[in-house]
Amino acid sequence: MASTILLMYSHGVSIAYAVLGIIGQRPSYGYDLKKDYDLYYGKQKPLAFGQVYATLSRLLRDKKIATQGAIEPSKGPERRLYAITELGRNDLETWLTTPEEQRPDTQTVLFTKVVTAILLEKEPDVYLDAQRGAHIQRMRELTTLRRESDSLSERLTADYALFHLEADLRWMDVTLGRLKPLAKEIRRER
Amino acid sequence: MSDSDHLLEARDVKKAFGATPALRGATLAVARGEILAIMGPSGSGKSTLLHCMAGIVEPDSGEVWFDGRRLDTLDEAGRSRLRRTSFGFVFQFGQLVPELTAEDNVALPLLLNRASRKKAYTVARSWFPRLGIENLERQRTGEMSGGQGQRVAIARALAIEPQVLFADEPTGALDSLASEHVMELLVTISRKQGTTVVIVTHDARIAAYADREVMVRDGRANIARSRAEAAL
Repeated sequence: MASTILLMYSHGVSIAYAVLGIIGQRPSYGYDLKKDYDLYYGKQKPLAFGQVYATLSRLLRDKKIATQGAIEPSKGPERRLYAITELGRNDLETWLTTPEEQRPDTQTVLFTKVVTAILLEKEPDVYLDAQRGAHIQRMRELTTLRRESDSLSERLTADYALFHLEADLRWMDVTLGRLKPLAKEIRRER
Repeated sequence: MSDSDHLLEARDVKKAFGATPALRGATLAVARGEILAIMGPSGSGKSTLLHCMAGIVEPDSGEVWFDGRRLDTLDEAGRSRLRRTSFGFVFQFGQLVPELTAEDNVALPLLLNRASRKKAYTVARSWFPRLGIENLERQRTGEMSGGQGQRVAIARALAIEPQVLFADEPTGALDSLASEHVMELLVTISRKQGTTVVIVTHDARIAAYADREVMVRDGRANIARSRAEAAL
């Protein structure tokens, strides 16, 4: 139960940053934003329009984005152009460069970060290296814990966490080796 | 002059095999008593870096310092003497003579260092209980399991009380449990003896036993993280 809540929470957080990343490239309308999100991040799980506007209103409320130019209310649905604010850009930068703690959905968040870094023409390898370092540091702590523990169940619990961290690391290594073709694929879809 | 805190140092080391560059300027320093893991994908140059630092391979350019002395400018006889007296080696496999018994294998480097036969075998036998392989002294290493063989290899590497232990994928041929036992012994004994350890591995679980890891990518090794640096 707790892990489900955590998963939903962090997935929501990930969506917000992915949206911020798209707007960070250039100001965008809600409809275009959804299309871009589905293209880059959500091929298997497209974003519902409700989620798009809920995310945008949260980002507006938190002053991470602002509407730009005149709202076009005359014909059809209301169209607003959203642009990232300085606060939003700083927050996005902090999110990108801060290594994630290990969670059930770490890989989803890591993937979102890699794609966002590529979209913003930043260096995903720098971020992945920082994340790698944080993962190995956690593995060191767990290895020390299991070496010093007299309890077999505690050692086995540490083993479980170690194997999961190792799986994340393997994914990071494979991704690091494939950043160039991934960036090419994303640019082609742009 | 090399920094006295660093027992071992590679400075801008380059090495190519034919037209293929293996190291493109690797820089790395290892502190006394430190356990360092060198990580990197296959073909990244991590084993070549270890071989250059251990005086097995001569770099094309750059410098290797050991204990305040240039190692790369020594001739083959000088490097060979250093490897015999100051360095211990544990590889994935192949370093033991399968036809010899375990104690013969452990005594061998001591005999090569001109210890008397009596002393060599007394020292060799003293290592077996420390590695939990007592009663295997007289068994041929070719008849042992992978885990047992690696324990004999560790005994053989540490019996000369080296200043540096070089380990290249020491658990590469072992399953998870055997790897755990081998790493446990390697780290515990090295720390007790104050031996500096350089481990090449692609396995993050093995690297997690070290104090610090260095990533080698495309023949360069400039990304180093210590316990403190990694605590972001």
